[in-house]
Amino acid sequence: MTMIGWLQIILFCVIIVALAKPLGGYMTRVFNGERTFMSPVLRPIEAAIYWVSGVDERREQHWLTYTVAMLLFHVGGFLIIYGVMRLQAMLPFNPADQSAVAPDLSFNTAISFITNTNWQNYGGESTVSYLVQMLGLTHQNFLSAATGIALAVALIRGFSRASVRTVGNFWGDVTRTTLYVLLPICVVYTLFLVWQGIPQTLGAYVDATTLEGAKQTIAVGPVASQVAIKMLGTNGGGFFNANAAHPFENPTALSNFVQMLSIFLIGAAMTNVFGRMVGNQRQGWAILAVMGVLFIAGVAVTYWAEANGTSIMHALGLTGGNMEGKEVRFGIVASSLFAVITTAASCGAVNAMHDSFTALGGMIPLINMQLGEIIIGGVGAGLYGMLLFVVLAIFVAGLMVGRTPEYVGKKIEAREVKMAMLAILVLPLMYLGWTAVGVVYPAAVASMANAGPHGFTEVLYAFTSATGNNGSAFAGLTGNTFFYNLTLASAMFVGRFFMIVPAMAIAGSLAAKKSIPPSAGTFPTTGGLFVGLVVGVILIIGGLTFFPALALGPIVEHLAMNAGNVF
Amino acid sequence: MLREIRPAIVLLLVLTAITGLAYPLAMTAIAGTLFPAQAQGSLIERDGKVVGSALIGQEFKEDKYFHGRPSATLAPDPNDSTKTVSAPYNAANSGGSNLGPTSKALADRLKEDVDKLKAENPNAAVPVDLVTTSASGLDPDISPEAAQFQVPRVAKARNMPEQAVNQLVAANVQGRLFGVLGEPRVNVLALNLALDRASAK
Repeated sequence: MTMIGWLQIILFCVIIVALAKPLGGYMTRVFNGERTFMSPVLRPIEAAIYWVSGVDERREQHWLTYTVAMLLFHVGGFLIIYGVMRLQAMLPFNPADQSAVAPDLSFNTAISFITNTNWQNYGGESTVSYLVQMLGLTHQNFLSAATGIALAVALIRGFSRASVRTVGNFWGDVTRTTLYVLLPICVVYTLFLVWQGIPQTLGAYVDATTLEGAKQTIAVGPVASQVAIKMLGTNGGGFFNANAAHPFENPTALSNFVQMLSIFLIGAAMTNVFGRMVGNQRQGWAILAVMGVLFIAGVAVTYWAEANGTSIMHALGLTGGNMEGKEVRFGIVASSLFAVITTAASCGAVNAMHDSFTALGGMIPLINMQLGEIIIGGVGAGLYGMLLFVVLAIFVAGLMVGRTPEYVGKKIEAREVKMAMLAILVLPLMYLGWTAVGVVYPAAVASMANAGPHGFTEVLYAFTSATGNNGSAFAGLTGNTFFYNLTLASAMFVGRFFMIVPAMAIAGSLAAKKSIPPSAGTFPTTGGLFVGLVVGVILIIGGLTFFPALALGPIVEHLAMNAGNVF
Repeated sequence: MLREIRPAIVLLLVLTAITGLAYPLAMTAIAGTLFPAQAQGSLIERDGKVVGSALIGQEFKEDKYFHGRPSATLAPDPNDSTKTVSAPYNAANSGGSNLGPTSKALADRLKEDVDKLKAENPNAAVPVDLVTTSASGLDPDISPEAAQFQVPRVAKARNMPEQAVNQLVAANVQGRLFGVLGEPRVNVLALNLALDRASAK
């Protein structure tokens, strides 16, 4: 670890915290339907969209209607992606003559993109056409991100409103998020990325003759426009197989730094939106502090482990850290930082191959996902995931002093705690359950690329990533098989919607409650004690659930590595 | 709830058209006008022929060129399309080795490559990036140490004084941005092109 490395990490944290408040202010205005500086341009477009689609954005929806609208929206998104992938050979924008994508792979990819996972069983440049990249993948990058944000806003309204039966209008929330938040940032961001060197063309792959006279076919495409939203919307599905490690997806140190910022940007600002909407920005800062503590701890471990290198490398006299699966322009620190960011948020883009990380360096991304991606988290999803843990922490605090727990003026009662527990328990059921199947079912075992405990970790990582809607991988695992296409799709589906529905039920039940003013007996939720309590609850629940699995994978591998074993 | 069906279809189609077609196509047009070179892939031409991209690494095996990092990219086996074969720096199928820290295959490969490099230049420590595969398999860069390590071989193959080659390396080192971001590096293709130009003089 070096001073200059830590300087990059600190610089990153400072900029994120500095951006949270102004963007949070702007987004709050957008979600409240107020005028913003973009309104003169965008309001006419917004109104036209409502008129064509028959939406009255002021008509408020019950939490159940809101949820059903969201689900219907996803059915359509699924059909578009599946259809475009199956038919790509007959459709335009296919200069590389990609043939139809297989049914199971199309199914997996469609589920993957509507759930904001963007797991890459498809090979990017070797599998799909430009039309699929744009119409199938880029569009759903926007809409699954906008959906996550809309749902978080609905849950916040549950806390901030009192004695009403509605939580907002899904169509209005999604349209406004897309038009006012995601698109304007992406337009500027895309141009920045092209300036840095990312291609943006509809032209065919380029054939070059190398200096030594060999032929090199260079894949290009409309890359920058997709990379912008894949980062900003914490989607993470790459244009290319190697994702953000590919020089055309992430050409420079500056593009890398800005991409890391853009992964956290909206998630961090959502904590400020929460604070503003419940009437006290310090509530938002307290949540950001919980996230910050867990984040810095993770960065420190991964950076230390990767800078340290592996026993194999030490034995050969190689110094300079574990560079297997990393790019020179990013080096150890920017690769480690990116890995922790992408799994803390539910992005899943990678600028280094996590499969080749050291055992402990790769364990942190795994833990980040197993905690439910609540450290900043996916756009929107991170906040509602974190609020579920807050509900539990408040409940635990209430038990300790024997009072009915309250949070931002709402009584937390049996229904909320049950729903929070349901959401938190269903996730480990998915990844631990499917991992158990994956390590005994012969057709699945054949997919492992590495032997020994590392192979087990590959399987555990795959199902954790799918359930957490992350999308990063220990990519040695051959995921494009019938077994993995279907099981991973089921994990992604359950991981997304069994989290959303309980969260929305909480939103509905909270919105209907009266708001009670704080009294002398109210547990303050803006201070260090609260931050410590939530961190503690997260680590205890996470630790109890996952420690046995981690012990079989990365922990035993670390011990084996130090003992000089190879597999 | 029936009245949610029309927006579910129409709004989806409208937003899909905006974000899936209008946005990428408009960005293609604007980016192509503002930054035409980058938008096409930062291609490098020599004598009117495309020799590669400034951002994409390519395979160098000859002694007279600086070598990039090992690459783990694959290509379909020409004899059996269900299998793949090693194809270093295949810029149409990026990817890494994905070998883990306790992989025997990785241990064997590292040992073989380290031994080879030690034989080539016994006077310097083997730089780690010269024996490890990159994440994309297309890494265009090596560390300055990895370039310096190869100077004796390249100078000998080209009959150039080592000092002249060292100067070329030094001129091609890119430092950290603002002194903070990223790592110092040397673009291998740019260095080799400079080398060819220097030899031609």
